[in-house]
Amino acid sequence: MVDLVWFQLLSAALFVIGLYGVLARRSAVLILMSIELMLNAVNINLIAAAAHMEGFGSFSRFDGQLIAIFIITVAAAEVGLALAIVLRMYRNRSTVNVDEIDLMKW
Amino acid sequence: MAWVLFIALAVVTLGGGLAVVATRNVVHAALALLVSLVAVAGVYLLVYAEFLALVQVLIYGGAIVIVLVFAIMLTRSAEYPRTSDNRQWPLAAVAALGLLAVLVPAFLINAVQDTEAKNAAFTGIAQSLFTTWAVPFEIASLVLLVALIGAIIIARSGPGEN
Repeated sequence: MVDLVWFQLLSAALFVIGLYGVLARRSAVLILMSIELMLNAVNINLIAAAAHMEGFGSFSRFDGQLIAIFIITVAAAEVGLALAIVLRMYRNRSTVNVDEIDLMKW
Repeated sequence: MAWVLFIALAVVTLGGGLAVVATRNVVHAALALLVSLVAVAGVYLLVYAEFLALVQVLIYGGAIVIVLVFAIMLTRSAEYPRTSDNRQWPLAAVAALGLLAVLVPAFLINAVQDTEAKNAAFTGIAQSLFTTWAVPFEIASLVLLVALIGAIIIARSGPGEN
């Protein structure tokens, strides 16, 4: 039996990898992929905690999984919208590198 | 047995994640992301969340990665392979390692007294979704609709464009 803490450590490691990707990458598409990694890290944490803990306060065993389903829903909406913005950005500026989109930076 | 599976899945998940943030080729990054996300579905199976594993493979593997590949194709960002990291990447590495150094002790110190992982039945999930979580469920459908319409409006060509 794998203890809950190992799932939490896996999720922490995946989240940190995603954070590095968000901060270090230039391409907006790669930043989006890193955000997906971070969202998945949170989902691992939620689902593992839901499976390992029998009723926590007013939360039932299913609530962790349901919040994860909502996160996946929002992630799908986010990817659709963000990629539409990336396409528009590429059409207007011919680049997807976030450090070249500096019109509002002074 | 569970340990062997967990270690194998964790290695594939983290390896895929590292490949996403380290590779120079954007298409390879998308494929590494797919590997990592499918391994995460395996992790869900380890904690008996079969429904979530199914959703993960369908939505992430089947939809999100495909959409990402389409975006790479349409923006041709794979043509500039040498410029994938910005100049502040050492700072980013420091920030990420700093967060890891905070998170790991936090999880280890506050390790909860957990019970054996147990299955949550499909019927229970459905019942909870349509009773306790009914309002967020409806809002989620509205969010998806708004995102759909917004994506179409943002991405389509305006007048005077081709």
